[in-house]
Amino acid sequence: MELKNYESVIILTPVLAEKQMQEALASFRQLITEQGGNIVREENWGLTKLAYPIAKKSTGFYHIFEFKAPGTIVAKLELAFRRDEQVLRYLTIALDKHAVLYNERRSKGEFNKPKEVKEATV
Amino acid sequence: MSRIKKSSAQDDSFMFNNSPLQFKKKYCRFKKSGIKYIDYKSSEFLMKFVNDQGKLLPRRLTGTSLKYQRKVAEAVKRARHLAILPFIGDQLK
Repeated sequence: MELKNYESVIILTPVLAEKQMQEALASFRQLITEQGGNIVREENWGLTKLAYPIAKKSTGFYHIFEFKAPGTIVAKLELAFRRDEQVLRYLTIALDKHAVLYNERRSKGEFNKPKEVKEATV
Repeated sequence: MSRIKKSSAQDDSFMFNNSPLQFKKKYCRFKKSGIKYIDYKSSEFLMKFVNDQGKLLPRRLTGTSLKYQRKVAEAVKRARHLAILPFIGDQLK
């Protein structure tokens, strides 16, 4: 099964304790690795304000997994997201080569210019 | 490139200032700066393509090509799903 690049963003409810949040994230990490995927990068935005309230909450923990995995993993992963009631919202997308390149450059901190995020030439 | 359409009544404030007199050549900013991927997580960047009510700006105002307008639309809709951008914003800018 050829590995494809995926990126999934989840929003966790802000009300839970740090420990519970780490447990939930660990369970997703473990699910990805056990399905034959490997996590390329993770990003945590911490407690951020949402643009509109979700489930009566106006803030949430954003967490971003970027991973390489076989295609069958997405259904299982999203089922896990759906089943876990701490996850308010999730989005999993497949990354094309431009996206992978962009993420690498973004993780190297190339884009966060102090004034505003201006895309450099690719 | 994009023809100047006669400004229909319901256009918002954008149409009034760029009257055909001082018409500037519109270009697709993505082709010019060579951007290939529009990240749905960067809200400051996406704000440029959304008007102050949070609605997507039409191509005739931004001048972006069709290919990149679709990418912008997809990125904005993903950002809205993840509550990075509001569906109906008020004085966003």
